[in-house]
Amino acid sequence: MSLETYKPGSYPNLPPPLGTVGVSGWVRNNLFSSISNSLLTILSVTLLYYLIFGIVDWFLLDAVFDANSKIECRKINDGACWAVVSRRIGQFVYGFYPEAERWRIDITFYAMFFAFAPLLYPDVPKRKYLLWFSGIYPILAYLFINGGYFGLTKIEYSLFGGFMLTVIIGVTGIVCSLPIGILLALGRQSKLTVVRTLCVCFIEFMRGVPLITLLFVASSMLNYFMPPGTNFSILVRVIIMFTFFSAAYIAEVIRGGIQAIPKGQYEAADALGLNYWQKTRFITLPQAMKISIPGIVNTFIGLYKDTTLVVVIGLLDPLGIARASLADTKWNGLSIEVYIFVALFFFVSCLAMSRYSLWLENKLNTDHK
Amino acid sequence: MKTKILLAAATAGVMFAGSVLASTLDDVRARGKLNCIINTGLAGFAAPDDKGNWTGFDVDFCKAVAAATLGDASKVNYTTATGKTRFTKLAAGEGEILSRNTTWTFSRDVDLSQTFIGVSYYDGQGFMVPKALGVKSAKGLDGASVCIQTGTTTELNLAEFFAANNMKYNPVPIETNSEAQELYKAGRCDVYTTDASGLYATMSSFDNPSDHMVLPEIVSKEPLGPVVRHGDDQWADIVGWTLRAMMAGEELNITSANVKSLAGKDNKNKEINRLLGKDPLQGLSKLGLSADWAVQVISQVGNYAEVFEKNLGMSTPLKIARGANQLYRDGGLFYIPPIK
Amino acid sequence: MTYLHSIWRNEKSREIIIQIFVLLCIGWFLSWLISNVDANFKALGKDISFEFLFIPAGYDINQYLIDYNNRDSHLRAGIVGLLNTGLVAFFGIILATFLGVTIGIIRLSKNWLASKIAYWYVEFTRNVPILLHILLWHGIIINTLPHPKQAISFADVSFLSNRGFYIPKMLTENGIELVYLFVVIGIIFSILFMKYAKKKQDLTGAQYPVFWINLSVIFTLPLIAFFLSGMPISLEIPALKGFNFRGGMYMSPELAALTFALGIYTAAFIAEIVRAGILAVDKGQKEAAESIGLKPSKVMSLVILPQARRVIIPPLTSQYLNLTKNSSLAIAIGYMDLVATLGGISLNQTGREMETMVIVMLIYLSVSLSISALMNWYNNRVKLVGR
Repeated sequence: MSLETYKPGSYPNLPPPLGTVGVSGWVRNNLFSSISNSLLTILSVTLLYYLIFGIVDWFLLDAVFDANSKIECRKINDGACWAVVSRRIGQFVYGFYPEAERWRIDITFYAMFFAFAPLLYPDVPKRKYLLWFSGIYPILAYLFINGGYFGLTKIEYSLFGGFMLTVIIGVTGIVCSLPIGILLALGRQSKLTVVRTLCVCFIEFMRGVPLITLLFVASSMLNYFMPPGTNFSILVRVIIMFTFFSAAYIAEVIRGGIQAIPKGQYEAADALGLNYWQKTRFITLPQAMKISIPGIVNTFIGLYKDTTLVVVIGLLDPLGIARASLADTKWNGLSIEVYIFVALFFFVSCLAMSRYSLWLENKLNTDHK
Repeated sequence: MKTKILLAAATAGVMFAGSVLASTLDDVRARGKLNCIINTGLAGFAAPDDKGNWTGFDVDFCKAVAAATLGDASKVNYTTATGKTRFTKLAAGEGEILSRNTTWTFSRDVDLSQTFIGVSYYDGQGFMVPKALGVKSAKGLDGASVCIQTGTTTELNLAEFFAANNMKYNPVPIETNSEAQELYKAGRCDVYTTDASGLYATMSSFDNPSDHMVLPEIVSKEPLGPVVRHGDDQWADIVGWTLRAMMAGEELNITSANVKSLAGKDNKNKEINRLLGKDPLQGLSKLGLSADWAVQVISQVGNYAEVFEKNLGMSTPLKIARGANQLYRDGGLFYIPPIK
Repeated sequence: MTYLHSIWRNEKSREIIIQIFVLLCIGWFLSWLISNVDANFKALGKDISFEFLFIPAGYDINQYLIDYNNRDSHLRAGIVGLLNTGLVAFFGIILATFLGVTIGIIRLSKNWLASKIAYWYVEFTRNVPILLHILLWHGIIINTLPHPKQAISFADVSFLSNRGFYIPKMLTENGIELVYLFVVIGIIFSILFMKYAKKKQDLTGAQYPVFWINLSVIFTLPLIAFFLSGMPISLEIPALKGFNFRGGMYMSPELAALTFALGIYTAAFIAEIVRAGILAVDKGQKEAAESIGLKPSKVMSLVILPQARRVIIPPLTSQYLNLTKNSSLAIAIGYMDLVATLGGISLNQTGREMETMVIVMLIYLSVSLSISALMNWYNNRVKLVGR
């Protein structure tokens, strides 16, 4: 009705049309933009509703966190009985490692972060000195956990268990498999027929059979291939198998990286007169590794998750501890609780690893895009 | 190439001979610990408590051998094995004793290069059913789903029993006892079959044990006992006589409570004196044990009756009757060779 | 000396020397291994022999695709196991593909809530070990489904209980040959029609509803034959007798748990592969397709997915292979696959670890190698077509 007049250049900025910004705009754009979209939203909301209400009750509200036995748990409330976990948390974490010595595991575990920091984060302060620590860390960790030196009590491998066992197998496997994987990848690309064939055979064999059969081999047959009388621990044998298994996968990831390097790079290197090892060290690997880092981290996550398979050959990883706990007359029948607890542990640690991989991917991406 | 293989085999042979010379007992003494292979978890026989200490019948036998050889029942490392991995673990030298409710059979004794040194528990394969099922005899199980714990002689016994009675069944083979128990409880199977001792152990762990029953048929003989590697007679004798010493303890009324006082005085029954080291026992030095070995076993672990009652007996949730597992004089099957 | 030096400096001869050296090392290593095995076996009094394959296995298997009873040989038990592995892999792959593609597409959907749920589905499932998935699913299935006596019945012909899913089994009678013949005719017709329709479309642009026509032909032809020949198929309907259902076909809870676990776990990986594949298609393709007025569903099915397929298929195959290999974890819940029969109970009964494991590994190896070979062939073909 009323026509206002504005001086030129003084026309006020009007708000955008209703329903395109703010909460309602966001909802309309992202949840109800079309009929099928709205249906999807409604479906998702119902799904979430049942999921959250079903789980939260059982998981938290009706759950019992401390009791002496399952029967006591059921008397208190009818939700999850987390008492089996809280009463046995020591076993879940350390296995049967003697209680008085568990500080050694704690220290080694925390030191691991210092050892890995310079490798994982290139711009950590004082990186040079920390790298030295990373170098000697494996030896220190071995001596410290295993004992038998410097007045530390010797601890048998058979006492290792729980999450500690997962981390030991996982981390050792990861650290050892990377160099072997690189060598295998280079060997597969080698000009030498014999070397190439060998590497191909090894890689295809390891990738072609299920890990569980390799673990059976480790547990029951590996000793036949050693000179009679040699006896090395089942833990070492299992770690060897895990290392080989993931090395084969890493080799394939790195091969992909090597093949992605433009041919001109090699031609330029040849033109400079670099020999094979110089070419590998300064041209091939730095570029190939950068490309294949996400794949490598994924392989590591896979290896880490696969450590649960050792339960099949009778080692007491978290799953093995869970089953042993269920054998106790007091806690019999709480399988869902213990399995979910173990699943949560893996979820958190694997999520952390994959987040790191994403971060690294982004960081490296900015370099060449 | 051929000579090379021969050469390698020869060196390997020498190394093997070398490793045999060091006796198992010396290995254990040098280490200061006994390595014992046990079940991954079976109530009453081997299961970890909340503190992480292994307890049970099989575990106590490991302790007894440690007491006899090292003088300290606590000096044992436990290694767990599934039904499938136990023999290979023993063969691979991961333990000196396999104490994991293992059935003594001809082929296991002869073919697999291991030595059974005696029977510590007479068992037999039975069937457990919920009382609500209304079955009174295993002959009425035609068409049932049966949970089996694998890696044992159980599958074969089961197949033979059902075939002999012209019955059909639906097998559900499971690797570990705890898993099989879960399935039975959830109603996945109508019947759970394993050694009767295992059935009682399983039943004891239920919320309402009285809702279940073990059927009267026992379809197999399962003499369970500790196993050692073939080839070291001294070690086999040590393990065997440790077991017999525990049984002799029961026969001679030596308990963990009175063993110290009996050992200190001259007893009328000279067998007690010989067992407890008061009087000389011919040949004991060949075993490499000290004179008080049996005192250590009985004082630290107990005699057979004590161990049985503590882990399996009427005072435990398992409530297993002694049955065949008592002395000959009480109507059981244990007839102990004289300690002379 | 200088002569030797010059040999070493010559690239060709140096390569030969290195290869000979490597060969010698490997030869020595292998002979060392063999001699060790030999010595160990001698010491244990064992030998290597495959005769055990032909003695009766003595144990029973609950799910089999070919006839089997406990008097059959270990070899046959192994074959039953292998077929069971194939069965669970087949079901698992179908479920994983369906779920994975759906979730991969939802993950890119404009709907914020749905894409977030898809994202968390992927994160949750792929960060939990497969063994736990299997155990949890098995626990859920046997604990939530009712006892056979209270089985959930579908029109009184199919029954769902914690003993499995029972469906009627088709028994064939005389005259069934005609139905088979018409099935074959139907398939041949649909292939020809598909070719014809494609040609027509290439020439004129006219589209036939190929899928629906073929579907109806494949179904109606045998149906006509079925009635013509006097209904030669009868159904064996499962019925509760004693403890369990008898008759009919049956899917055990173990098979179901394994299928769900493998399918759901692998679907998370497939979803990521599909997402990456779709994102790899040039944005301009989608914009162009939208600008010529294709519906969003057509854009996806006619423009994006065919192009994404080339990127998707190689990693997808390796996921299928992983699924097949992961099915060996069946042993944890008592599903009798290859590892549980030949590499499990047969191994225990005969004590021949070396022989059984070698056979099991060789079978898995040949399956994965042949699929890899097929994959390479496909890749090369797609490359040659070049777009």
